[in-house]
Amino acid sequence: MSNISQETVLGMYRTMCRIRYFEEAAAAKYKDGDLPGFIHLSIGQEACATGVCATLEPSDYITSTHRGHGHCLAKGGDAKRMMAELFAKQAGYSQGRGGSMHIADVAVGMLGANGIVGQSMALGVGAALTAQVKQSGAVAVAFFGEGASGAGVAHEAMNMAALWRLPLVFFCEANRYAELSPYEIHVPIANIADRAPAYDMPGVTIDGGDAIAVFETVQEAVARARAGRGPSLIEAKTYRWHGHYEGDPQVYKPEGETEAEKARDPIPRLEAVLKDRFAMAKAALAAVHAEEKAAIDAAVAFAEQADDPTPDGLMTNVYAQAEAG
Amino acid sequence: MAKLKYYQAFNRALREEMARDENVILMGEDVGESGGIFAQTRGLHAEFGGVRVRDTPIAENGFVSAAVGAAMTGLRPVVEIGFEDFLTCCMDPLVNQAAKLRYMLGGQVTVPLTVYTFGSGGVNAGPQHSQSLGAWFVQVPGLKVVTPSTPRDVLGLFKSAIRDDNPVLCLFAKRLIGSSGEVPDEGEDFTLPIGRSEVRREGRDITIVGVSTMVRVALGAADSLAEENGIEAEVIDVMSLSPLDSAAIIASVKRTGRLCIVHEAHAPCGIGAEIIARVAEQAHGVLKAPPLRITPPFAPSPFAPVLEKAYLPNAARIADEIRALLA
Repeated sequence: MSNISQETVLGMYRTMCRIRYFEEAAAAKYKDGDLPGFIHLSIGQEACATGVCATLEPSDYITSTHRGHGHCLAKGGDAKRMMAELFAKQAGYSQGRGGSMHIADVAVGMLGANGIVGQSMALGVGAALTAQVKQSGAVAVAFFGEGASGAGVAHEAMNMAALWRLPLVFFCEANRYAELSPYEIHVPIANIADRAPAYDMPGVTIDGGDAIAVFETVQEAVARARAGRGPSLIEAKTYRWHGHYEGDPQVYKPEGETEAEKARDPIPRLEAVLKDRFAMAKAALAAVHAEEKAAIDAAVAFAEQADDPTPDGLMTNVYAQAEAG
Repeated sequence: MAKLKYYQAFNRALREEMARDENVILMGEDVGESGGIFAQTRGLHAEFGGVRVRDTPIAENGFVSAAVGAAMTGLRPVVEIGFEDFLTCCMDPLVNQAAKLRYMLGGQVTVPLTVYTFGSGGVNAGPQHSQSLGAWFVQVPGLKVVTPSTPRDVLGLFKSAIRDDNPVLCLFAKRLIGSSGEVPDEGEDFTLPIGRSEVRREGRDITIVGVSTMVRVALGAADSLAEENGIEAEVIDVMSLSPLDSAAIIASVKRTGRLCIVHEAHAPCGIGAEIIARVAEQAHGVLKAPPLRITPPFAPSPFAPVLEKAYLPNAARIADEIRALLA
């Protein structure tokens, strides 16, 4: 049995609740027409973002996908500034210039969600390269999905990371669907992590609904990376409860599939550990829910009353003005 | 002053910047011990080591994207793309990542990335190794694009590009690699501002704007126009496609009343078209004759030397077209 601490598990539980409430609120506000553009939700996948980021230091980096709210929250992003960004407000992390798809908090090492599938992997190579060149001791985790695994840049990134023994963990959230098509349309083998030996790196496939399994697997890969022993590939089998985008009618999902997956909701699964292994009282866990729900309600209220960006800022940050040196 | 070849000026610029700032790294295909196809990176691996001078796999998309990630996190990567044509293999990291990350992250990052490559034709390299694609990138806010044509400009602009906090594309010319020119002495920290053109020859009758290799071709045309026809052409080296120094060009056109642009890139939506548009917008009515664009025909660059010679603009063609314009 795992020797993970109660504090770590409870912290992960809190993070998973925060992500769930954040995305449920985003879904509701999107449905009401309050959020412009489109958003991609990771509801059902919270154990992945949470388990990964619980192993990292604030100085470590993550690169993310178009489905990045959970990654940003788990890395320490502020729900208020994130929600304001989804609401396209000036108080958002990117002053309303990026939105959901480019959610980022660089100060906590979250280098951004990204709209181009697969680039998180090569951008992650770059972050790990910085850590190696500067000998900073930092590591990077590159999130990607099974859809990205078929992109050329996935191979290019894993090849470079292995060649240069970079402090990097490739973390695949295989969430059953890449856009509107199932895994089998994109991937000819059962497990993406089985490709790892071709890059001479360790590869393992795990249950992405088990936050503790994610934490412990990533912890080992991060330790390996930090020790200068190179990259790893971890594939977490998970499930995207919602569509590719909010409003997606999901005609491609077999009847009953989502409901069956909801019965394996990762949040109650971790709650069971807290109750059974750590003998936590129901009331204490209910308090976590209440606190996180209240925090997200406050984030929504903050975002709703925040100011819109003004057109006089259209040219802001197109170029960095000052030259270095 | 010292005399250096174009590729030596490149090498000196990089060496000086790597010595000046330990965050500057060099990556690309064959930039390491081999010293590069044109000997342009020779000695840098020995001087700065394999951590900072890094050979990459042949994977432009991946390694340019990696350089963007490194630039976001505190390095100042300088990346070689051997031939300008291969920029097509890394359009995403240049256009969707490097150019936009600062903006779309609300200023949370800077992307001090320099990507350099060797373009232009004239060396019988055929359709996939001869292109001049700079204008494509002029349409992308967030990028800067420079086209140095002399060893001095290579030294000054490349150093400025490396120090710039924005992604800068340095488009060097294969045909000029062995050309020589005066440069400031070693030890002098020489930079040139990005976004400024220079007048290479003064004249009263027509403004010729040249890009990269076409500057010296235009100067050749100007000499024969002066000798044979008494036509005094002013020749401007544009030096930077983005930002474009339209103020200097417009000031010249106001003096001469005539405009000719010469570049190796194709005409449609090219930098010549942009210059003409700006003159029309900002100096309407000053032109005494229709503007001239002298470019290759709208066909890929041919391999056969006899065909490529006919394909590229040359001094005789430029002079002939200007004579016809002024006749």
